[in-house]
Amino acid sequence: MVHLTGEEKSAVTALWGKVNVEEVGGEALGRLLVVYPWTQRFFESFGDLSTADAVMKNANVKKHGKKVLASFSEGLKHLDDLKGTFAALSELHCDKLHVDPENFRLLGNVLVVVLAENLKNEFTPELQSAYQKVAPGVANALAHNYH
Amino acid sequence: MSLTRAERTIIVSMWGKVSTQADIIGTEALERLFSSYPQTKTYFPHFDLHAGSAQLRAHGSKVVAAVGDAVKSIDNVAGALSKLSELHAYVLRVDPVNFKLLSHCLLVTVASHFPADFTADAHAAWDKFLSIVSRVLTEKYR
Repeated sequence: MVHLTGEEKSAVTALWGKVNVEEVGGEALGRLLVVYPWTQRFFESFGDLSTADAVMKNANVKKHGKKVLASFSEGLKHLDDLKGTFAALSELHCDKLHVDPENFRLLGNVLVVVLAENLKNEFTPELQSAYQKVAPGVANALAHNYH
Repeated sequence: MSLTRAERTIIVSMWGKVSTQADIIGTEALERLFSSYPQTKTYFPHFDLHAGSAQLRAHGSKVVAAVGDAVKSIDNVAGALSKLSELHAYVLRVDPVNFKLLSHCLLVTVASHFPADFTADAHAAWDKFLSIVSRVLTEKYR
């Protein structure tokens, strides 16, 4: 369960309204693959990931990033039941995709950096603080059904 | 893990810009750290940590100055930060997990102030550089 005050919840939602979810998704996933290159292990079929430029322009990365962030967006609508919201995805990531949950934490922090880069001084310390609760909440929910 | 030549170039050239706002960056990074990770305040019971506090500003400056020292000796970060490494190991004894948290907040701060410069390559270089600084500062812990 993510413990946000009513104010924090409103602030998180209001800020998210300004986010270009499609673009930010691709940006965040791309940066994950560039900053932590070992995460590329899950995306061997994606094509050219050999340079930062190749990764950031890769159509598969953008498409997948969009998918991932759409899911995250959905989570933001259900902050009181993230475990329920992500139950099926959690099983998928464990049983089919075999993704170490540490990767969800890494992606969460990359997302925070991308939000800062896009929103600049609108991404205040208070907003960051709220997102630093939401992101691990989502990460934990995704890890919850691992066995 | 060590920086490639390209990464060193990115850090040194960006530092030229970052250092012109050193105090602001340092203070903001600490504000973000204490706000997102309140447990980090336990290392500063003797400080007034409210936004705008003189102590926060002074400490933020100190932190960024140290990062600057590392940038200036980017080929020998361990040498440049040797005394600081000893201070952290024997006197301050800040738990190693906190260096990741501060590094993250420094990245967020730099990204929000210099978005045009903070490309994916720059992000990677900074993340790596700050991990190296963190490693040097915790090297003598045990």
